[in-house]
Amino acid sequence: MNYIDNIAFAIILFLGVGFFVKNFQKLIRNIKLGKDINRKDNSSARWKNMAKIALGQSKMVKRPIAGILHIIVYLGFIIINIEVIEIIIDGLFGTHRVLSFLGSFYSFLIGSFEILAFLVLVSVSIFWIRRMVLKIPRFWNKEMKGFPKNDALYILYFEMVLMSLFLIMNATDVPFQQNDIGNPISQFLVPLFEGFNASTLFIVERTAWWLHITGILIFLNYLYYSKHLHILLAFPNTYFANLNPKGQFTNLESVTNEVKMMLDPTIDPFAAQPEGAADEIPEKFGASDVQDLNWVQLLNAYTCTECGRCTAACPANITGKELSPRAIMMKTRDRLEEVGENINKNGKFVDDGKQLLNDYIKPEELWACTSCNACVEECPVNIDPLAIILDMRRYLVMEQSAAPQELNLMMTNVENNGAPWQYNQMDRLNWKDEK
Amino acid sequence: MNVPTMAEMTAQGKQPEILFWVGCAGSFDDRAKKITKAFVKILNKAGVEFAVLGTEESCTGDPAKRAGNEFLFQMQAMTNIEVLNGYEIKKIVTACPHCFNTLKNEYPQLGGNYEVLHHTELIETLLNDGRLSIEGGKYKGQKITFHDPCYLGRANDIYEAPRSLIEKLEAELVEMKRCKSDGLCCGAGGAQMFKEPEKGTKDINVERTEEAIKTKSKIIATGCPFCNTMMTDGVKATNKEDDIKVLDIAELIANTEDL
Ligand code: SF4
Ligand code: SF4
Repeated sequence: MNYIDNIAFAIILFLGVGFFVKNFQKLIRNIKLGKDINRKDNSSARWKNMAKIALGQSKMVKRPIAGILHIIVYLGFIIINIEVIEIIIDGLFGTHRVLSFLGSFYSFLIGSFEILAFLVLVSVSIFWIRRMVLKIPRFWNKEMKGFPKNDALYILYFEMVLMSLFLIMNATDVPFQQNDIGNPISQFLVPLFEGFNASTLFIVERTAWWLHITGILIFLNYLYYSKHLHILLAFPNTYFANLNPKGQFTNLESVTNEVKMMLDPTIDPFAAQPEGAADEIPEKFGASDVQDLNWVQLLNAYTCTECGRCTAACPANITGKELSPRAIMMKTRDRLEEVGENINKNGKFVDDGKQLLNDYIKPEELWACTSCNACVEECPVNIDPLAIILDMRRYLVMEQSAAPQELNLMMTNVENNGAPWQYNQMDRLNWKDEK
Repeated sequence: MNVPTMAEMTAQGKQPEILFWVGCAGSFDDRAKKITKAFVKILNKAGVEFAVLGTEESCTGDPAKRAGNEFLFQMQAMTNIEVLNGYEIKKIVTACPHCFNTLKNEYPQLGGNYEVLHHTELIETLLNDGRLSIEGGKYKGQKITFHDPCYLGRANDIYEAPRSLIEKLEAELVEMKRCKSDGLCCGAGGAQMFKEPEKGTKDINVERTEEAIKTKSKIIATGCPFCNTMMTDGVKATNKEDDIKVLDIAELIANTEDL
């Protein structure tokens, strides 16, 4: 017997999965560069969110056309991949359609896969048309140039090729077609191969089979570099998403302690510091780089699908401001990748003279945000761009005193008069007697 | 106008049913003061025993927090909480969604636990409990559109209370294309109210006002003093100020009752 095929298959499989696992470990390491935040409470609400939003895609269908097409592609993707189980067994042990002993159930399965594959092909083509012919504006914002634009297209082409290969593989499988069951789509492709003799057909079938499985492994490894990580990360991302009302911003605990000290007359600010306290590095307020963000924010960055629903709803972006919440997420991911590469190279992070603030995200973007939460509401995978914007504003204001002049004025007023304008607190009830 | 302060009430040994948190805009801004007064008239009409803090009230710290100044926010919060807890306040109503959100969501962790209502919620309850009734048909059949304040709607999922009040006026509520959870911001939030907008091609309030105008309503209703300012400016910018009025829900109710 000839084992070369099986050995080649095992090697390809091993490499494909191995590389993926390695990259995924890097990804987890990068996410863990973020600060700790407790998102383990209320697990039942979290599971529910995950089931509804990631699995059930409840937020996708808010835009019904894109939503339904996406569900088809997603279901197709998951269900057709059940077929991969058979492919792997066949590949490793040299069997052919090992699961066909399931009889009519097998035919039913393959038949459904074929129909799904066809629907996926149609949906993906419509996606392509929406992007490239109808040019839906949110796919053409300025952050969608170069790789982000191509990334989206590569994936569409990938899907088209994989689905076609699956159907060709079935169409050229002579015994399978002779059985004439479970081939609702591929039977229509058979005429294309008319006139091929048995051995050519066999070669076409084998080639399609090999390309199909190699394609899947390449796709798996492409994920790490792509916005398509969301097919995996949407699940943890929706699980760990914020459960509080959207208007509730975190209260910084480090600030609470200091404010309590300031307001407490019994504490002597000049008292000797307790042993060791002087050596402690005071905590940095807000975020100027990715390590200052928490790990959920970093997970958010990797999960972003670059769909631009957030940006399309953002009042600042709609009115031509520099801010785009999608760009906030993409820049955070780019910087995180850069930091990760730095660690890969040096063993630990070595200062590269860059940071998320200024080198990636400009203050002008941050100051354009109205904190309206439209981006958070729109995001189909519960990403929170606003949380990053706020943390970076905190750094600008509390570490650098770099707020816009008018805001400094407002804050001085709050501090001195208890109101954002220059009115005296003692006049607060004057309205009562005014006409 | 009958507006007792907490200090006066306490001196008489009384505790009000609810504290009315007026807010900075409601206390100082000329346009917002009208909303404050309209709401007080409603409270008085319904016989609600309320009080205000008066000169003991101070900014909740919302604009400072959204600008990124957590220090200033927490200083304000803790000072206010001390006053509120000193008076043993349990229940607060406010006509400002920003105060509402901050008091409701951000004070508890700092030691301030209160039941907080937006004025549209309280008015709805007063109507449902029969303490208040709407008889005047001033707005009957008129088209009114409602602009959702971000800090009431998306931030706290309150969409129905203001709408139910518009329906009680027997007016015709016409929704804008972007409404409820998809509502477009007026442009004031996140401390934008206190600064010039960043460089762009259009002002947010104009974009939003144009959308409101498309509903052909002569009244743009809202439930936030800052949205009110923004939309009023937007109406002016589109030269429609003779045509279209921007009114708070409390003003609509007070007007229809001729209060
Ligand atoms: S919260 Fe900020 S970034 Fe998000 S949609 Fe509103 S203005 Fe845009
Ligand atoms: S943050 Fe969410 S809505 Fe915005 S582009 Fe990413 S996935 Fe889409």
